[in-house]
Amino acid sequence: MGVNPGIAGRAYPPARVYEVGREKIAEFAAAIGSSDPAHLDPEAARSLGHADVIAPPTFAIIVAQRAEAAIVQDPEAGIDYSRVVHGEQRFTHRRPIVAGDRLVATPHVDTVRVAGGHGMVTTRVEIATQAGEPVATAVSTLVVRGGE
Amino acid sequence: MPPAFDGVQVGDELPAASYPITRLDLVRYAGASGDFNVIHWNQRIATSVGLPDVIAHGMLTMATAARLVTDWAGDPAAVVEYGVRFTKPVVVPDDDSGALLEVAGVVAAKDEQARTVRVDLTATSRGDKVLGRAQAVVRLP
Repeated sequence: MGVNPGIAGRAYPPARVYEVGREKIAEFAAAIGSSDPAHLDPEAARSLGHADVIAPPTFAIIVAQRAEAAIVQDPEAGIDYSRVVHGEQRFTHRRPIVAGDRLVATPHVDTVRVAGGHGMVTTRVEIATQAGEPVATAVSTLVVRGGE
Repeated sequence: MPPAFDGVQVGDELPAASYPITRLDLVRYAGASGDFNVIHWNQRIATSVGLPDVIAHGMLTMATAARLVTDWAGDPAAVVEYGVRFTKPVVVPDDDSGALLEVAGVVAAKDEQARTVRVDLTATSRGDKVLGRAQAVVRLP
């Protein structure tokens, strides 16, 4: 059984609230080799006009993939995670993710294409604050390799 | 000094940079991101599924390439849009030097209304182009 094209257009319930911590931002920045003070020092971040330390642009993947799990784990989706390869990734930031944010991430399946035994699933995770302010959108294309 | 929008022209090149990626970096990124896929740390399983060796997380490659842009812009929040295709894996051998990710960027377009520029990135490792259509939209003061 392969990817189910019938899941295209489906929205899934949001993941539980992701609370962004300063130390998590610092840990992620260190993991990508960035020593930019905007990730580490609240004063440096404030001097750039931010309320607190800000996350690197790709930090949103943590929040997005946590929500995307609802799609990948949906038995009706037919996605065998051991066959998934990350094909494309795109982020749109309305504003940076800031320490102290309480983020709600809602996953959607935008398109499903099945060709040559492979499945291509494009997911979109809308990230907003608990108060409903849009923060970022993460769009991923997952390639599900067909069985041999 | 961060670049000002009016001073940046299409065709301007960002200072190129090379970033080493070692096995330790993969372990650290796995922990920080929560992506524990075994192909990023277990050579036995990586080679058993047909990979030449352990490979870097695509998201680590994407994040590392973005450093070229955020270091240039002077504020990580300047990146308002960023997208890539993962075309080839970054193979990370089990030695002290690891892999080298070489990143270059050029200003490919300017949007006068939004006061943003589009930076097109090239990321290679061992001569392979590892990211395709890598573009960042950057808001400049």
